[in-house]
Amino acid sequence: MTPLAEEKIREFNVVKKNTDKVDGKALVSGKPVYTDDFDARDELQVKLVRSPHAHATIKSIDASEALKIPGVVAVLTSDDLPRVCFTRAGQGYPEPSPYDTFVLDRRVRYVGEPVAIVAAETEKAATAAVKAVKVEYELLKAVLSMDDAMKPSAPTIHPEEEASGIFDAERNIAAHFEMEIGETEKILKDCDVTISRTYHANTQLHAMLEPHVSRSYLDPNNRLVIVSSTQVPFHARRILSRIFNIPISSIRVIKPRIGGGFGGKQALHTEQYVAAVTLATRRPARLIFTREEVSMATNIRHEMQYEVKIGASKDGKIRAISMDGVSNTGAYGEHALTTLMVSGSKTLPLYNKVEAVRFSGNVVYTNLPPAGAFRGYGAPQGLFALDCIVDELATELGLDPLTVKEMNSIREGESSPIFKLMGEGREGVEQIVRSCKLQECIDRGKELIGWEKRSKGMLPDSRRAKGYGCAIAMQGSGIAKIDMGAATIKMNEDGSFNLLIGATDIGTGSDTALAQIAAEVLHVTVDKIIVYSSDTDFTPFDTGAYASSTTYVSGNAVKAAAEKVRMQILQGASEILEEPLPNLELTLAEVHSKETGKTISYSDICTQLFYTFNQRQIGATGSFVGEESPIPFMATFAEVEVDMETGQIDLKKLVSVADCGTPINPVQALGQLEGGTMQGIGWALFENVMYSQTGRMLTTDFFTYKVPTRMDYGELICELAESYEPTGPYGAKSIAEIGIDSPIPAIANALYDATGIRLREAPFKSEKLLFEILSREV
Amino acid sequence: MKITINVNGKTHVVKIESAEMLLDTLRRLGYKSVHRSCDSASCSSCTVLLDGNPVLSCCVFSATADGRFVETVEGLGSGEELHPIQKAFLEEGASQCGYCIPSLIMTTKALLAVEPDPTESEIREMLVGNICRCTGYEAQTRAVKKASRYLRGDEE
Repeated sequence: MTPLAEEKIREFNVVKKNTDKVDGKALVSGKPVYTDDFDARDELQVKLVRSPHAHATIKSIDASEALKIPGVVAVLTSDDLPRVCFTRAGQGYPEPSPYDTFVLDRRVRYVGEPVAIVAAETEKAATAAVKAVKVEYELLKAVLSMDDAMKPSAPTIHPEEEASGIFDAERNIAAHFEMEIGETEKILKDCDVTISRTYHANTQLHAMLEPHVSRSYLDPNNRLVIVSSTQVPFHARRILSRIFNIPISSIRVIKPRIGGGFGGKQALHTEQYVAAVTLATRRPARLIFTREEVSMATNIRHEMQYEVKIGASKDGKIRAISMDGVSNTGAYGEHALTTLMVSGSKTLPLYNKVEAVRFSGNVVYTNLPPAGAFRGYGAPQGLFALDCIVDELATELGLDPLTVKEMNSIREGESSPIFKLMGEGREGVEQIVRSCKLQECIDRGKELIGWEKRSKGMLPDSRRAKGYGCAIAMQGSGIAKIDMGAATIKMNEDGSFNLLIGATDIGTGSDTALAQIAAEVLHVTVDKIIVYSSDTDFTPFDTGAYASSTTYVSGNAVKAAAEKVRMQILQGASEILEEPLPNLELTLAEVHSKETGKTISYSDICTQLFYTFNQRQIGATGSFVGEESPIPFMATFAEVEVDMETGQIDLKKLVSVADCGTPINPVQALGQLEGGTMQGIGWALFENVMYSQTGRMLTTDFFTYKVPTRMDYGELICELAESYEPTGPYGAKSIAEIGIDSPIPAIANALYDATGIRLREAPFKSEKLLFEILSREV
Repeated sequence: MKITINVNGKTHVVKIESAEMLLDTLRRLGYKSVHRSCDSASCSSCTVLLDGNPVLSCCVFSATADGRFVETVEGLGSGEELHPIQKAFLEEGASQCGYCIPSLIMTTKALLAVEPDPTESEIREMLVGNICRCTGYEAQTRAVKKASRYLRGDEE
């Protein structure tokens, strides 16, 4: 550890304190805060006619019967909409995802894809109309697996000539990436031990509790207003402008409170349909998805398979790693290239001491629901493969897996050439790791799980086998040189401040953390900061809630704005008190002269500047784009018991200790870690998406798709390591995603420790494990 | 048909359609804390208390609530003052996106009425149907324990 980083850990006035969420009182009181809570008059109810086929062209659509139903106002088909190719993915611009999507197309590419938009006076009439629309399809051969997608006999899923940015449409390859540092194959051949394994992470559903929902209306000046459960209001505005060919100045997107996102709301899912209805009918419109629609027809996680080769010397020093992957982007290439790249760029630098490293992969189209952004964004799929193969390598070498991970992993002050070679969709940036408490995370995790005292094997007098596993993980804090956030702060005459931020709180608590940062700079309590976020008319730009960016990127923007305002307050006080600036300092909501002892309150300063003296508004805008993407680190430990007669897996205990720099709000930061970890546990053990033979998702509700409940785990202990990131706002880096990265490999490693069986396909369902146990006995 | 329901002490005479669910009736009456999520009785986001017992309002016919007492989270606390359960949830960071929170608070109220000092396993068992995708449950368990201390007067 460098003394430099340690020195900066210090006490703050507001930061690193457990301030209540600024929206918390409203949330625990059940106030109407979500998109669907705002009733509008004269609003049309929108429903979508969806394809029952995985791959087909539409021969005809007959809406005549539907239009006869009382209350039905409009049925829109692809003929009524602009034929503009775009990507629904809300990312930086120009987008790294291919333009391969239309609002409605004459071809359907997955079961559940919209083919027509229905608008009616009531939901009942809209539902009846959906059933009454007659669609004639010509069925095409469907591609229902990654294996089939690239076969020469596979049909082309995206033959449309308007598409752009597809790597190889004919072969159904949406995106491709490869990079190599050093001569990987040569070194692998030269190693004392080289092993090769294949790992397969299946898809996952976001299962956020609030369904996707949006409302639209025309304001008195005929501007299109969209209220939406979106993670990316500014991207939504830009994409809608492109689709409907209306200027950005004629669109306003408002994000109220959001009932969870996890990446599932980082794309246009509902906005384009309500906008189409409002633009066609000039009336307000509302669309809320059913749970079935949320599951089968929004976004899911990219399924990925990796062939990994790793070579080491006898003493456990890893010399070369090669990862070759294939990723399933489903019907559309949303986040296709970037999730693939992140699965390498946010895992491989962990083992930065290798002599050579290679990473390559194809992202393929299939006729399954489109994959998109999901917490971790490829990193957990990559880490499953990478961490497990290091574990397997250690076993092969007869060494302790944790020791091998510790001796080969990255440390403070070090770097990796991968940072420069692999960004998101393009080259990354060079950076050194300025803060890394990975070893501290490992040491604390070992203590909490009882690593040194652990015993494995069959429990006495039982048919249960016990085992322990560990995994280490990294993530990023925003996308360097791409993600930009901005904040505006203006002062009011009672000494309060409006904090206007483009940043998008989707339940993470970012409004609160950002208010704390502003309050810290301005020397006020958090209740003096009035937060308003994510309204494209009233807040400055922000790329949105993704890539673990908000605390670091938007946080630094808030700090920059607050520092400007701080200077303006001092300047105002200097004029009023007739004291030179160097004499003045901020104390709690006051400016104080060190020389004369004169003091003036914020309220007095602002009141005088508003009404009587040198009149003006105190206010400023700050923005920030990361020159680098500081890395949070984590160590996870799992303790499992397996019933060797039934295969039942019992997660007795899971420990995750993470280094997120300064936790701006410790309770909220811990909540991110606990929540991410639980989603990782769910994906490791329960969450299993299944399809019918014709490609229809079968697991569309909480009965068939099992997210973890309170009864599905033993003990969960999450902690934060003490750390300080010098480039972060008050030492902070990210915590939102990393929790989900390591439960899969930690649990896989623990299951191997318990049973001697290595599961290489997640989720690890008990029946799968039982099958392996029985196969071994035969 | 018309039904008479008492919500949080206020009597409503309301016209309902056949097969209308209590979730829809309550939301129409303005009780927006009752959240629709799965609409199939599998997530508990729509839980309200019916005569003091938690029910999933997405699968309770409004007609069966005729003449009965419904409680939603809007009825908790007084004015600006939060109810001790709400206070504990806020302080412990038990609410992230908040979508499951009104129903969880109402189920907790019912739990603590039966068992004022629940153990961790009793808390988990009683609240098992309440799905939360944000928190990983731990903060919520801490909040329920804190709420029980508040209500018993062990902590202020």
